[in-house]
Amino acid sequence: MNLKDKLVSSFLAFDDYLEDSSPIHDIRNKAIKIFENKGFPTKKEEAWKYTSLNPIVNKDYSIFPKKESSIEFKDVKRFFLHDIDTYKIVFIDGIYSSYLSETIHDNMDICLLSAALKKPKYRAVIEVYYNKIAENDSLTSLNTAFAKEGAYIYIPKHKEVEKPIEIINFATGNEAALMMQPRNLIVVGENAHVQIIERHQSLSENAVFTNSVTEIFAEKRAYIDYYKIQNDASNASLIDNTYIKQEEESHCSVHTFSFGGNLTRNNLKFYQHGEHCDSTLKGITIIENKQHVDHSTLVRHIAPNCESHQDYKGLYADSSTGVFNGKIVVEKDAQKTNAFQQNNNILIDDKATINAKPQLEIFADDVKCSHGCTIGQFNEDALFYIRTRGIAKKEAQALLMYAFANTVLESVKIPELKVRINKLIAKKIGVSIGFNI
Amino acid sequence: MGKFTEDDLKKDLETKEYEYGFYTDIESDTFPVGLNEDVVRAISKKKEEPEWMTDWRLKAFQYWKEMVEPEWANVNYKKPNFQDISYYSAPSKKPKYDSIDDVDPELLDTFRRLGISLDEQKKLAGVAVDIIVDSISVATTFKNTLAKKGIIFCPISDAIKEHPELVKKYIGSVVPQRDNFYAALNSAVFSDGSFCYIPKGVRCPMELSTYFRINQAGTGQFERTLVIADKGSYVSYLEGCTAPARDENQLHAAVVELIALDDAEIKYSTVQNWYPGNKEGKGGVFNFVTKRGICHKNAKISWTQVETGSAITWKYPSCILKGDNSIGEFYSIAVTNNYQQADTGTKMIHIGKNTKSIIIAKGISAGKSQNSYRGLVRIGSKAENARNFSQCDSLLMGNDCGAHTFPYIEVKNKTAQIEHEATTSKIGEDQIFYCNQRGIKTDKAIALIVNGFSKEVLNKLPMEFAVEAQKLLEISLEGSVG
Repeated sequence: MNLKDKLVSSFLAFDDYLEDSSPIHDIRNKAIKIFENKGFPTKKEEAWKYTSLNPIVNKDYSIFPKKESSIEFKDVKRFFLHDIDTYKIVFIDGIYSSYLSETIHDNMDICLLSAALKKPKYRAVIEVYYNKIAENDSLTSLNTAFAKEGAYIYIPKHKEVEKPIEIINFATGNEAALMMQPRNLIVVGENAHVQIIERHQSLSENAVFTNSVTEIFAEKRAYIDYYKIQNDASNASLIDNTYIKQEEESHCSVHTFSFGGNLTRNNLKFYQHGEHCDSTLKGITIIENKQHVDHSTLVRHIAPNCESHQDYKGLYADSSTGVFNGKIVVEKDAQKTNAFQQNNNILIDDKATINAKPQLEIFADDVKCSHGCTIGQFNEDALFYIRTRGIAKKEAQALLMYAFANTVLESVKIPELKVRINKLIAKKIGVSIGFNI
Repeated sequence: MGKFTEDDLKKDLETKEYEYGFYTDIESDTFPVGLNEDVVRAISKKKEEPEWMTDWRLKAFQYWKEMVEPEWANVNYKKPNFQDISYYSAPSKKPKYDSIDDVDPELLDTFRRLGISLDEQKKLAGVAVDIIVDSISVATTFKNTLAKKGIIFCPISDAIKEHPELVKKYIGSVVPQRDNFYAALNSAVFSDGSFCYIPKGVRCPMELSTYFRINQAGTGQFERTLVIADKGSYVSYLEGCTAPARDENQLHAAVVELIALDDAEIKYSTVQNWYPGNKEGKGGVFNFVTKRGICHKNAKISWTQVETGSAITWKYPSCILKGDNSIGEFYSIAVTNNYQQADTGTKMIHIGKNTKSIIIAKGISAGKSQNSYRGLVRIGSKAENARNFSQCDSLLMGNDCGAHTFPYIEVKNKTAQIEHEATTSKIGEDQIFYCNQRGIKTDKAIALIVNGFSKEVLNKLPMEFAVEAQKLLEISLEGSVG
């Protein structure tokens, strides 16, 4: 039985097991039908032209882990931002771990989606926000059908969350191959501020396939900083679908750091519904071996006077492949839009491949839109200059890599996170240059 | 712009909707509508073709039957019914003309109205022209002068008979029969086109030119151009086209193949001015064209196009940079107004070492039109030190049009250097104000700004064409800014 059939047939059992009264019962049933019709995307679809899911969907994944597992904090401490205090929402094999988590219900909700879906007091919020901006493509629908657990974050008006929130999904490797479908709902009220770090981490070499969906709502003047750290084990694949709806004068930034994993696909979609929104999409990708990272972004400018900034940097070693598929749409009413997109790539080895497709679709005339895309290599002169100053070749290259990635790193607003990412980059390129940028 | 004054422009704008929209009553020999194997055979027979050519056409027809129309382009239109088109139409007063005096006076009148005075051109411009009406070549000038240099410039139907070894070797070598839906259709039913061969080391002394005109109603135009530049030769080739204004949509599916052997250079310029349909978007030519060139060692192919006509444009002049050190260039201006839709761009396929390509694409959209740039730059794994620079700029006029950019970049070699940039903007109010302030009226100011915007591409056109193209730009954008 292939994975699609397995998912469709196990949905029946899953639906029975859940309570019927759940407000999302209908949503689920509709979603599974969409998935059944469409199936997994193939390379024939324009959006998946450069990424094939075949190698990962042809495995026999267990969809519901059989037993609960626990892990000791000391074993996974390094995956947390442990040097500062944070709120934590932790899942192990898709099941919430109260032991590792630190949640709150006081004046704001940083807790679980399963609770929000069940408890009547959250019903109003769920009705307004749940599954409202997630699209009907096959993978998102698949997630919607099976969604039962994930982070639920609701920040009310004028609330500034005092410490960052970490959302971490661990896979223990108790199953030979595990499929997880976390679902996050994040609502940030008027004038509220929040910082969120999301991470997926496999603790073994067993296959993991994560199909995650996150919906984020930024109300008027909300500020959201979202960081995705993708440094997973070599047999873990991730499809991340993130949808963001912005209201007037809201600021929202998403930074994606892709260093690990087998196949990673980021579908990041911004919808600017209010005037004077500001969206930032940035990413650094450093991959090697046979890794594959696909960044597929969309910024849809619907209201006038908005801005968007995209900046993606990629370094590809060995026979890794990178894809950048960025799209800016400016609708007819979105006059005075400023939309910028930049994508710079460096191929380090002969077998590495990069496929870029930066697109503009403009329907309004009074706009400033541009995109730039470059593919090249390190400047030999710069390298030579550094080496004449007595710095070894490897370190010299590392310096240039840092400089290359710095436009993305410098806008990380949590200092401890910045240090952490610096270390990750240093480890990834195998050097220590002894300072932080 | 020379002596072209503001009054001239004003007069032009008032009178010139589409000045080539007339129909000439020339007796013609037109096939009944429909397409099947017999029609393909009949066309081949009519052209007195050898058997290998008939087989080649039939093979293409077999492929075509299995293919479906491409839908990926960013255009919307009612698909033509391919059984509703006549696949052969020729001015019937044959045989071939040896001198201008033999040409049907009606036809000569057509050319006069098109602004191609054969006599005059002979004396002044020094351009050799092959004129194709409804896919049939009716006049080729300067044939003898060229023959002295060993240059073959003739209708492709003559070339099939007179130079079968060349045609056989190269036809379909760059655009194979099964390349795409329209190329397959063209391969099956093409009725004529131009053939050009420049021998080794010869620099073609004059511009070669083909002029296309669709005249008959209910016909499609399917011409095929084959240009071969042998080692170390050079040729500059021009192509122009017009059609009568009609309410129904006419189909134009051409194939152009360029072969630049070692050290050769081909410069191919097009001013495309098919009937674009009226203000409500009714009628107009569907322009589905496959153009591709292959560069061998140290060769260079340069495409320059000015696209102002057609209801639908679907056209991607491409370069396969097969030989080491070869160069591909693409300069394009695409103007859309009213309900026109254009999806055009290029493909640069880098295979050889040290290959270079440059893409400059300018899109201008006005009215309710949609203008898309779609391009591919592919660097193969063996293409060491490949270099590409692409620039796509779009200019929007008014709030009902759209400008889109779909570039694809695929790189498999670490030594490649690729730069791509695209911008979208409108004509600034301050720019217009500045011109107004200096006594330049808004109409003229826009023409001035558009000209500046397009300069990089216009500069690449041969002189005679550049002037025509500039005027065309102004006319196409008539009344688009309020």
